[in-house]
Amino acid sequence: MRDMKLRVLAALLFIGGVGLCLYKVSVFGLPLSPGQDEEVWTVQARIAFKGAGKPAKVQFSIPNEMPGFVTLDEDFISGNYGLATEIKRENRWANWAVRRANGPQTLYYRISIARDDNSNELLGPPPPFPQAPVYPEPFNSAIKAILEDVRSESADIATYTRELLIQLNEDKPNENVELLRGRANNDEAWVYEIGEVLKGSRIPNRIVYGLELNQSVNNAQLKPWLQVHNGRSWLSFNPLTGEQGLPENFLVWRIGDGPLVWIDGAGAAEVTFSAAHNYREIIDIARKRAERLDSYLVEASLFNLPLETQNVYRILMMVPLGALLVVILRNVVGIRTFGTFMPVLIALAFRETQLLVGIMLFSLIVAIGLAIRFYLDRLMLLLVPRLASVLTIVVIMMIIISIVSNQFGANRTLSVALFPMVILAMTIERMSIVWEELGAGDALTEGAGSLFTAILGYLLMTNETLNHLFFVFPELLFSLLAITLLFGRYTGYRLTELWRFRAALKFDRPEQKS
Amino acid sequence: MISWARRLRERGIMGINQRNAEFIMPYNPRDQFPLVDDKLRTKRLAIENGIAVPELYATVEIEHDVYSMLDTLGDHSSFVIKPNNGSGGNGVLVISGRIGKHFSKSSGALINGQQVQRHTSNILSGMYSLGGVPDTAIIEYRVESDPFFDGISYQGVPDIRVIVFRGIPVASMLRLPTRDSDGKANLHQGAVGVGIDIKSGITRKGVRANDMTTVHPDTFQPIDGLQIPHWDSILTLASRCSELVGLSYIGVDIVVDRSKGPLVLELNARPGLNVQLATGRGLLLNLRTVQQMEYIPASAEARVALACEQLG
Repeated sequence: MRDMKLRVLAALLFIGGVGLCLYKVSVFGLPLSPGQDEEVWTVQARIAFKGAGKPAKVQFSIPNEMPGFVTLDEDFISGNYGLATEIKRENRWANWAVRRANGPQTLYYRISIARDDNSNELLGPPPPFPQAPVYPEPFNSAIKAILEDVRSESADIATYTRELLIQLNEDKPNENVELLRGRANNDEAWVYEIGEVLKGSRIPNRIVYGLELNQSVNNAQLKPWLQVHNGRSWLSFNPLTGEQGLPENFLVWRIGDGPLVWIDGAGAAEVTFSAAHNYREIIDIARKRAERLDSYLVEASLFNLPLETQNVYRILMMVPLGALLVVILRNVVGIRTFGTFMPVLIALAFRETQLLVGIMLFSLIVAIGLAIRFYLDRLMLLLVPRLASVLTIVVIMMIIISIVSNQFGANRTLSVALFPMVILAMTIERMSIVWEELGAGDALTEGAGSLFTAILGYLLMTNETLNHLFFVFPELLFSLLAITLLFGRYTGYRLTELWRFRAALKFDRPEQKS
Repeated sequence: MISWARRLRERGIMGINQRNAEFIMPYNPRDQFPLVDDKLRTKRLAIENGIAVPELYATVEIEHDVYSMLDTLGDHSSFVIKPNNGSGGNGVLVISGRIGKHFSKSSGALINGQQVQRHTSNILSGMYSLGGVPDTAIIEYRVESDPFFDGISYQGVPDIRVIVFRGIPVASMLRLPTRDSDGKANLHQGAVGVGIDIKSGITRKGVRANDMTTVHPDTFQPIDGLQIPHWDSILTLASRCSELVGLSYIGVDIVVDRSKGPLVLELNARPGLNVQLATGRGLLLNLRTVQQMEYIPASAEARVALACEQLG
């Protein structure tokens, strides 16, 4: 009954811990292994204009929904300008205002983004069918001819659009196309014209402006892209080639036509874009992503603690794992150690000195300490003063070792200062008592058991993947607790007991005897 | 390895984990432990209830008393000094006689009064107590073994460990000191463990350091097939100790004094598992039988009779 309760509790804890961990992995994209980097783009828009010495208002379109990207950071660098952002239909606007703008003015908008394949296109309600625009002749009949031509060579909206774009952008255009092209004097105007033509066949369409992010972008302008709605979703086309789909790393800046920037009370603005990419740890990105999602789960994470505290927890989080190791080694394997969790503390100390140096230091200090402790024994000291003496001797030994090793140029051992002196002193004391009472064999067995456990603990607790897992997913401690609880009801033999009781096997089986 | 575990299981051999989880934790209330660990309290309780124990000569509780302890002892020429909260026979000093100002240990070695005092002082400082807490030293009657044991022990006093579960003796072994064990009756330190048949009190084969033996390694006297003297009263004594301390799974250490008969030396709330090695019979076999008993008689004699009747 009690075991049943325990199993249910352990199962709940385990599932809870692992479940929460998996949730964080799948929703926030927190990585399961350490040191993964992800590409991050920093895109900057620079708005320059001349102030006229009077109040100025600037309205600048900034990205809202960015399919394929997630915002990590957003900055408005605008000096003494007041700032407000607002969302109007599909677009978001930054509204800057200043009482007096004099001389050259520069405003910056900066955004850091990372790829996020989860945030693909949003499915809004399908747009209404547009009214066919009325064209004067001869354009009207030219457009009609083109559309007629395209319709005969297409099956659906996608192929229709592609065919139209190909025809309109042909190297050797026919006279109808030539006529239309005359209406537009740049790419942007031409894409607008194409949209108008599509409206002629009542296909909902829109222009999206964006930046193609590759290597680094300097002094770039937004590129128009054409999107048509096929009743289910928006399909994107390169308006100049008819190629379907947005290019890779295409950052959608704004949707629809109309000016990119409005200025009230100052001269015309010049907007240039630049972008640079670098790499950031995936964990940072995931955290930002989660912040955007307003998740308490991540907000309440260890990452928001001060850095020094974080570093302490990076170590502390591993202690339960070391404790579980001790549980297994003591209760299932049956290794004997000095003190229950002393090996864990020694393992922590090994972090400072590295394994090999740590083992040597530990053995050296304990060996010398034991020798001196045996001498102290002849002075017939009482327990606490004796312990204090051993502690003092341990500290003196550490100083000597540090000074000597420093002279030989080994600075690794200098970190011995963090070696837990009290633990060493206690180890020496306990070892000497076991030595006296139960003999050298037992003392050395227990000493070796402690060292072995400490080494195993060190390897486990310094494992980078485990470190990362427990720090990023502290909820795994619940799962660890579940496992530890289950071991709490392990009533089977310890491995060493199989050996210990082997003499019992020499007797006859009791059943045969009676 | 797995087959070893299976073969041990077949013989009912109990491991430490199982002992702790299935017997000590459910059957021994935690709050009674200090009573058992405190030999002085156990002793006083035993005396009140008419259970035979070695006579208490004196206690030394504070460091200051160490100076006067030799005077307090008066003319007791043989005595035992032991820590009140000790375990496993650690810190026990046995003085078998006085020669002038010197004391002779059971091994025959002579020590002076200062060494006796220092040993006592060590006990007070907590050197031998569980957890190293300050302790009290007990000075009591030195048991002189029944002549029956003369040929089968080397110095020291052999004792009989009886495992008592729910007031019913379930297993027993005789622990014989050897030269290796330095006169101590601790199997771990090299003493010989000899299984005793609960029903008859007749010894079986012995185990020493995982080897079976039928003779004492120092005296070469046979140790099997011997009838332990006062067997019935030993079992009854052990059985009564269980109700005395309110624990259901205990080890009772009993010695047989040549003039006073069986005396309870100490109780253990976490008795070890070595008895299984001595008897070659897993504890679980009898423990399960007792566990399934619905009715446990109130009198110790009836419980002993039940054990002789039903246990193997």
